[in-house]
Amino acid sequence: MAPGTNKGIIQLSDVTRTFGAFYALRKINAEIREGEFFSLLGPSGCGKTTLLRLIAGFDEPTSGAISIGGRPMAGIAANKRPTNMVFQSYAIFPHLNVAENVGYGLTTRKLSKAEIAAEVEKALAMVDLQGFGGRAAHELSGGQRQRVALARALVMRPKVVLLDEPLSALDKKLRDQMQVELRALQQSIGITFILVTHDQEEALIMSDRIAVMFEGEIAQMASPEQLYRRPRTKRVASFIGVMNFLPATFVAQGDDGVTVDITALGRVTIRPGMVPEVLNPATIDTIGIRPEMLTILSNDAEPAERSARGSVTGTSYYGDMTYYTVQLAGGGDPVTISMRNTAGRSVLPSGSPVTVGWGAESVVLFE
Amino acid sequence: MRMRLGLDREARRGLLLLSPTAGYALLMLAAPLVMVVTFSFWTQDYLDIDTTLTLNNYREAWSEPIYRVLMFRSLRISLIVTLATVLLAFPVAYFLSFHVTQRKALWLFLITVPFWTSYLIRVFLWKVILGFNGVLNTALLEVGFIEKPLTFILYNANAVVLTLAHAWAPFAILPIFVALEKIDRSLLEAAEDLGDGPLRRFVRVTLPLAMPGVIAATLIVLIPTVGDFITPRLVGGTEGLMIANMIQVQFGKANNAPLGAALAVSSMVIVAAVSLVIYLAGKKLGGKVE
Ligand SMILES: Nc1ncnc2c1ncn2[C@@H]1O[C@H](COP(=O)(O)OP(=O)(O)O)[C@@H](O)[C@H]1O
Ligand SMILES: [Mg+2]
Repeated sequence: MAPGTNKGIIQLSDVTRTFGAFYALRKINAEIREGEFFSLLGPSGCGKTTLLRLIAGFDEPTSGAISIGGRPMAGIAANKRPTNMVFQSYAIFPHLNVAENVGYGLTTRKLSKAEIAAEVEKALAMVDLQGFGGRAAHELSGGQRQRVALARALVMRPKVVLLDEPLSALDKKLRDQMQVELRALQQSIGITFILVTHDQEEALIMSDRIAVMFEGEIAQMASPEQLYRRPRTKRVASFIGVMNFLPATFVAQGDDGVTVDITALGRVTIRPGMVPEVLNPATIDTIGIRPEMLTILSNDAEPAERSARGSVTGTSYYGDMTYYTVQLAGGGDPVTISMRNTAGRSVLPSGSPVTVGWGAESVVLFE
Repeated sequence: MRMRLGLDREARRGLLLLSPTAGYALLMLAAPLVMVVTFSFWTQDYLDIDTTLTLNNYREAWSEPIYRVLMFRSLRISLIVTLATVLLAFPVAYFLSFHVTQRKALWLFLITVPFWTSYLIRVFLWKVILGFNGVLNTALLEVGFIEKPLTFILYNANAVVLTLAHAWAPFAILPIFVALEKIDRSLLEAAEDLGDGPLRRFVRVTLPLAMPGVIAATLIVLIPTVGDFITPRLVGGTEGLMIANMIQVQFGKANNAPLGAALAVSSMVIVAAVSLVIYLAGKKLGGKVE
């Protein structure tokens, strides 16, 4: 299923939520599509949880409208919405066992005991917890609690599953594993997932689309690749991965694209497809280039579209990768360059003079 | 070595620190208890005590109808008091925990205000309120609500229930409040998210999780009220007298301390049994009760 081609399932129009004079959310507009894995990504306090709670129905927007499956949600309580939530704390009922927790929502539906038991067992199998039904809530590990919370939401067959930082309480290794599993599960059942996270790597790995939020507003909404390669603002660029920023000035705009003069690297023309439509070229003052888009050439004969001179000022060795800090001869702040430690490539000591290769395609324009 | 002792240094130091208090408590609580139990197997022989061990006191305590009547009445009154107190305390605690967002401490403080006066004075105040010429009757007469003073409100079991329920309310409110405060609010949201309306959610999540507090409140009110003798004496009349009044009489006027002791031990055992049943029932209902 290609999520990009699906119709919308959640419409957010001008959704605003204020607490007193404070705007937790300001005019959020977005459409979330059926079957897609959508992430709300942003630093702590940017309003992600607030937005998720508005969708779930625990809270009402101050202004603006939310509709799910074409139905306006104003005045509809959480227990009547086709959404189910996986809480950050998991909210496992401590007085019920695993099966009772998972079956909790089914008992409000007209199902026999046997039907509920079968559904619960199916849901537990989905999250790899077969046979855990009799376990007491306090006997579960963090990862198991997370799975129970997920099964409890999935068993309801909601239109949308809402997940509030579901992996943040797990240790790194389990988190990495769960990211892959959660993504695979979502793809196999095809239900829309909305994930809240402050972890950019998590969002990139799992999502079909990501909305990056700062201070109650969506800064950019795009696919992970788009977001990483063509961030719209400096803030988005530095929130997602590492970005080298270099001062630049606008030179000219023509049919072949926008020409800028990068202080440290020289003049380059960016083809029209790579220039954001909303960008006014005259306001360009900075360009960005990712560490892996810069190469330290092993000798002057190694081919590169363009090159610049510089010298190594710092080295961080990561085993598979080496991160260099390089001062370019053309000036500006030192840039970070990441190099894969392939066979025959030795780690350069500080002070080594180097030639840095780069290309026009990897340059991102910022105003 | 440490394993054999079963105590590490930390625990031994703790015990040492505790020991003066523990010793004092033992002396003041256990010693009288042992005395009462011992007494209950002796016999009063006019002014002397016959110390040959006998079960006669218990035989009398369990067979004489008057004691049984008093014991049942005590249990009935204190169960009604407990029920009334807990039922009234729950909404107060619920309101405090879920609907008061600011100045919770002030509210809790206000609940304890009645305790600034002595219990005796509060009981007397109820006499003033409920009496034949009391505040309540006068007021109702004045507005023409009644033609002659109500008499069923003082010097009977009703008055005992009312007075005790008022006196013990804060002791019931506080444990229930604490239990409600401990409930993770996301559990309530989860219940709603999974389809529960407010009532179902209350029955399936709030109440079971508040159960430890409810059980604690029940026991805190029940156990002391069974043995109360001041309230029945002052507002209970003759039909409001309870077992503790009889025990007091046996130790005093009737000069039969061993029988009094046997009655005391019997009522203790009965209260303990009732408490245990309530505790176990609560545990079954609400999951774990700490
Ligand atoms: N009930 C509330 N009352 C007042 N302020 C709130 C409330 N809920 C959230 N906020 C504020 O709104 C902002 C966004 O919160 P939240 O959505 O929880 O952020 P996050 O992106 O970390 O999930 C924060 O500054 C928070 O303090
Ligand atoms: Mg949050």
